[in-house]
Amino acid sequence: MNNSRIWSIVIFAAAVLIFGLSWIIIGSQAGHNLTDAFLVTVAAFLTLSILSFLYKDNPYYKFAEHLFVGVSAAYWMSVGFWSTFVGNLLPRISPSLCTYFGVPYKGFDIFFFIPLILGVFLLMRLSSKMGWLSRWSLAFIVGTTAGLNLIRYLRSDFISQVSNTFVPLVTDWRGIGPFFSDFSLSITGQFAMSLSNWVIFVGVFCGLIYFFFSKEHKGAFGYASRMGIWVLMITFGASFGYTVMGRVSLLVGRLTFLFHDWLGLVK
Amino acid sequence: MKRQVPVIITFIVGAVLIVSVFFPPAERLGENFSVFFDIIAVFAFFLGGGNLIRIHGNKIYRRQKDWAFSAVTLTGFIVMLAAGLFKIANPNGITGDVAATGSLFQTLYYNIFYPLGSTMYALLAFYVASASYRAFRAKNKEATILLIAAFIILLGRTPLGVYATGWVPESFSLLQIPNLAIWIMSSPNLAGQRAIMIGIALGVISMSLRLILGVERTYLGVDNE
Repeated sequence: MNNSRIWSIVIFAAAVLIFGLSWIIIGSQAGHNLTDAFLVTVAAFLTLSILSFLYKDNPYYKFAEHLFVGVSAAYWMSVGFWSTFVGNLLPRISPSLCTYFGVPYKGFDIFFFIPLILGVFLLMRLSSKMGWLSRWSLAFIVGTTAGLNLIRYLRSDFISQVSNTFVPLVTDWRGIGPFFSDFSLSITGQFAMSLSNWVIFVGVFCGLIYFFFSKEHKGAFGYASRMGIWVLMITFGASFGYTVMGRVSLLVGRLTFLFHDWLGLVK
Repeated sequence: MKRQVPVIITFIVGAVLIVSVFFPPAERLGENFSVFFDIIAVFAFFLGGGNLIRIHGNKIYRRQKDWAFSAVTLTGFIVMLAAGLFKIANPNGITGDVAATGSLFQTLYYNIFYPLGSTMYALLAFYVASASYRAFRAKNKEATILLIAAFIILLGRTPLGVYATGWVPESFSLLQIPNLAIWIMSSPNLAGQRAIMIGIALGVISMSLRLILGVERTYLGVDNE
């Protein structure tokens, strides 16, 4: 038996001992039962298994990762089945199944057989002979996405965004004195509000110039494009900072679980 | 027929959805098609599940490398699926909410799915920290701007930001780091996001038109498939 195998067995035995003891100790505490203690211990084991990847890829991480793949696939399948299949399809095609599943019947609609048939066609993808039928369902999905997105993006991400960019560059002018005497972000701070509007208007304009590749970025166009890069860099920096905060707060949540819910070290 | 019918379906569905916007009586079509889309998406989930069983089942059957982990995937999948589809231990039986308190599905969600998912994302905090080290080296003007913006946002959301610039008078409150962070988010960040959004919208619109008109057919795959 080589050294790494011995180490693997030792680590496995230690893990079994630690989590076994944790289960017994938590289960024996007042206000806990063995089932709850087992579930908390399992959650702690899975959390630590994922975090063990920070050291290197290892069997515990692989175990947790593979479990996550299986469980999440089944989770979304179950949620989709009950919320969409039973919640939206059955009330339109079968009163008896609605009664069985306890969902309100909304009246028969023959058109709801279209998604049912296309859904079955989609499953044909698993068959080598009938796989081509799944293209019909895919075509429906692509057509729906294209039709809905064309209008949605045109309205909300193009027209309304362009419209919101045309803002007054000097807001509520009350003279030079008040303009330069209040640098606050409040409603009375004319300077900050006007500056914001300038930054938004010029920033969007320059950002779009940066994305315009049909003309060489030289001269005045080049300066505007350069300013566009700076605006985009601020955006990426802000998004980066925001993402870091989000991930750290998730980590704090997991550490709180380990030290409060599992170990009980933090009250 | 294998290629023509899908192109015709895409054209009809896409065109009907666009035309329905201009005819209020047909507006319901758009809603119905969205529901149809969701229903087909559920079948896509089942297709994904079938594929998962096929791939991992094959791996176990052929005793390929790491087949034991495939067994873990399949076990997790089957147990969670059974708990969800059959509503095992659901206090209200088959008519109850799938995630009702006390059900096996909810127990598995809170003790397996949630810890795994949130830790997986939390793990990224460490990799973001390592990425920060590389990104936060002010090598040129652009990197310096990115560094300053990220630094202000991070500092603005911590007590240190409030403490460091709390002495700045209220009439200059824009210079207080938490306010500066808010201003960056609502002005320059908004401008950049908006430029990106407008660019994406133009891309989506042109791609949608290409799909509806049948110019773009790559989603159909190759002929001999």
